[in-house]
Amino acid sequence: MEALGLLLHGFAVLLTWKTLLLMMVGLVLGVFVGVLPGLGGPNGVAILLPLTFSMDPTSAIVMLSCIYWGALFGGAITSILFNIPGEAWSVATTFDGYPMAQQGKAAEALTAAFTSSFIGSLVAVLLITFLAPWISSFALKFGPPEFFAVYLLTFCSFVGLGREDKHKTVIAMALGLLLAGVGMDTVSGQLRMTFGSTDLLRGINFLVAVIGLFGISEILLTMEERLALRGHAASISLRTVLAVWKDLPKYWMTLLRSSVIGCWLGITPGGAIAASFMGYNLAKRFSKDQDSFGKGRIEGVFAPETAAHASGTAALLPMLALGIPGSGTAAILLGGLMVWGLNPGPLLFVEHKDFVWGLIASMYLGNVVGLVLVLSTVPIFASILRVPFAAVAPMIVVSCAIGAYAIQNAMFDVWLMLGFGVVGYVFKKIKIPLAPFTLALVLGSRAEDAFRQSMIISGGNMKVFWANGLVGTITTLAILLLFWPLIDRLVASFGKSTPPAAKVEA
Amino acid sequence: MRNLITIAAAAAAIFASAPASAGWEPSKPVEIVVAAGAGGASDQMARMMQAAIQKNNLLKQPVVVSLKGGASGAEALMYMKSSDGDANKVLIAYSLIYMLPLSAKLPFDWKELSPVAVIALDQFVLWDNVNGPKTVKEFIEAAKASGSPFKLGGTGSKREDHVLTVFLEKKTGAKFSYLPYKSGGEAATQLVGGHTEANVNNPSENLEVWRAGQVRPLCVFDKERISYTAKVTETQSWNDIPTCKEQGLDVQYLMLRAMFLPGKVSQEQQEFYVDLFSKLVQTPEYKDYMEKQALKPIFLTGKDMIQFLEEDGSLNKQLMTEAGFVAK
Repeated sequence: MEALGLLLHGFAVLLTWKTLLLMMVGLVLGVFVGVLPGLGGPNGVAILLPLTFSMDPTSAIVMLSCIYWGALFGGAITSILFNIPGEAWSVATTFDGYPMAQQGKAAEALTAAFTSSFIGSLVAVLLITFLAPWISSFALKFGPPEFFAVYLLTFCSFVGLGREDKHKTVIAMALGLLLAGVGMDTVSGQLRMTFGSTDLLRGINFLVAVIGLFGISEILLTMEERLALRGHAASISLRTVLAVWKDLPKYWMTLLRSSVIGCWLGITPGGAIAASFMGYNLAKRFSKDQDSFGKGRIEGVFAPETAAHASGTAALLPMLALGIPGSGTAAILLGGLMVWGLNPGPLLFVEHKDFVWGLIASMYLGNVVGLVLVLSTVPIFASILRVPFAAVAPMIVVSCAIGAYAIQNAMFDVWLMLGFGVVGYVFKKIKIPLAPFTLALVLGSRAEDAFRQSMIISGGNMKVFWANGLVGTITTLAILLLFWPLIDRLVASFGKSTPPAAKVEA
Repeated sequence: MRNLITIAAAAAAIFASAPASAGWEPSKPVEIVVAAGAGGASDQMARMMQAAIQKNNLLKQPVVVSLKGGASGAEALMYMKSSDGDANKVLIAYSLIYMLPLSAKLPFDWKELSPVAVIALDQFVLWDNVNGPKTVKEFIEAAKASGSPFKLGGTGSKREDHVLTVFLEKKTGAKFSYLPYKSGGEAATQLVGGHTEANVNNPSENLEVWRAGQVRPLCVFDKERISYTAKVTETQSWNDIPTCKEQGLDVQYLMLRAMFLPGKVSQEQQEFYVDLFSKLVQTPEYKDYMEKQALKPIFLTGKDMIQFLEEDGSLNKQLMTEAGFVAK
């Protein structure tokens, strides 16, 4: 149990008043940047990075990683209260979190989100603690075909398991993929669909789109309907928190499933977003009462939050062990490590043991302290819903605009965000789901690169997606999920020996 | 009366500008513009500069790093181009200033910016997996004998790594299929995982996997060996890597790392930054960074720099044209 000994040593390094104080400061700052849509973890960490140059590496990374945890917790707050996801992986949290807030169960939803974030991270940290060496060699097995297979699995699970009309899901996804193509194409090195515009060079930033699609469109809908935020914060107390916790064991299967998905996808770079969607879809798929999802079911908050945080935490592992950041924030942390002379890579675990285990210990501590901190402030956040809509709406719009601007310091993005707000409004009216659209926008270009790289490897032969056990299993699973409704019906009809009731549109 | 006011105003102006004659100084935070994503070589360099400037009190104003890596760095170039006269922004440029306008028809010319200093040259090394061939000769023979073309990973398309791959093909007659990845770090891990047979990463991009004994440097694409002789792995230093020419493969390529201000800045402002960077390259942080990343030291300003850029630019143009990467 070398790992355990080293971990305890890590805790010993951390348990000083100075470090604990830094953790608190980091967490509060993190929640603050997390609440502003678009500012989020990466920007928060980037802004505060210079502050840590004068600290020793361990204190610095503890503070930065606590900003990271804080931002993760903070992102859930806006998703639930205002339907504005702070981070890409919070999108799935809005599906049930926001309806819960509308029904006056904001406190429950927030408690559920924070608790499941905590559980997800904890499982992932445990995994990192004990399986670090093995996992980094697993991540190395991922070449372009494997990456594509994972993205395909995510897309297919959306079409196959989603409840919306299949053709509308496909339309939304196709539009997302189209917009993901704007900007520089990695494989050919050419600019696409920029029409000579300097602003479009950057491509369409996912967060800009999400802030508009979810946040602004929601304001528009609310204005049209009743000029009031639906629902008021009900009783918020320790009792609410305990009530949610008491129900936790009922959802052990969802929590476990999401944790596993999260850890697995987190190890592959960029997996956190895919994980949150997949966690949500699978929870829905295996639920007895599928119709209640999307209408304010607490399980719909547990599932994506657990998966997102399990994978967000697991994503730090490839960063440390391989030097590949799994998320934007991890990339900034990577830059920080370099400044302190710590080069992420296979040798980091050997040469800088105290640092690595200090960081891992800070993941445990940061999460515990973070959970207590955010739970104790839930009433403050939930009470925002009591403020009249007329006062809150302009503030939300302004914070959306600041968020959209801050991502790349570009005024163009603010206009783009407003444009997406209108698109989101129209989509909601004609019932085109927004989630597949955003998913395609964020994973589209990565999936495309991975696919084309695979084609270069194989010389255009599709067999490459069944070239070995790993990629073959994922690809087959993806195709199974795509046709799941058909398969489900077939199985059901065999069971009951009655013909399928209706044809399924693919 | 009016004249009196004018004279008084002029006197005041002279008086006020007296301290300024000691030199222009930034009045706002200085922005180091990075034409690459977070964690890449340029970002690391910018963070090192930020730390070195801060620790050695080289500037009164704070330094911020702004990442403009969109469209393979084109975003940063266009950002600089649109910031005429703003001397609070300084770009860390590399070969993309020559290549992107050619391959992607980007309306950009480095001559529109104000050059400050060339601060380093980056090497390229031919690496293969530690389980692969041990010398350049064996590597090329294996590549020729292989049934399917050897896979060679690199950063981006129609850029440095891709150009080098084309010249490897031309000089050796072996066939390679080039796999463009988003970053050098990705190309490194893909090589370790055995998904590609080789890459031509910069020393810094493969440093950690080399130290871990997962990849092997075959040769460096330069006329002379890398000068650093301190042991990097247990047995080898950067200096132990032979040049490609020594190994019978006559291909050379070095990539510049240079600082630019936007166009239309004053002489004084330009001089201020020349002075700043000449101090910066003397700091221990900078020297330490150069050795760690195995960068080739160079410091050129003024006319020398322009001459260097012009020669380097036409060399790059020639390479890009020969490789067939110039967009029509």
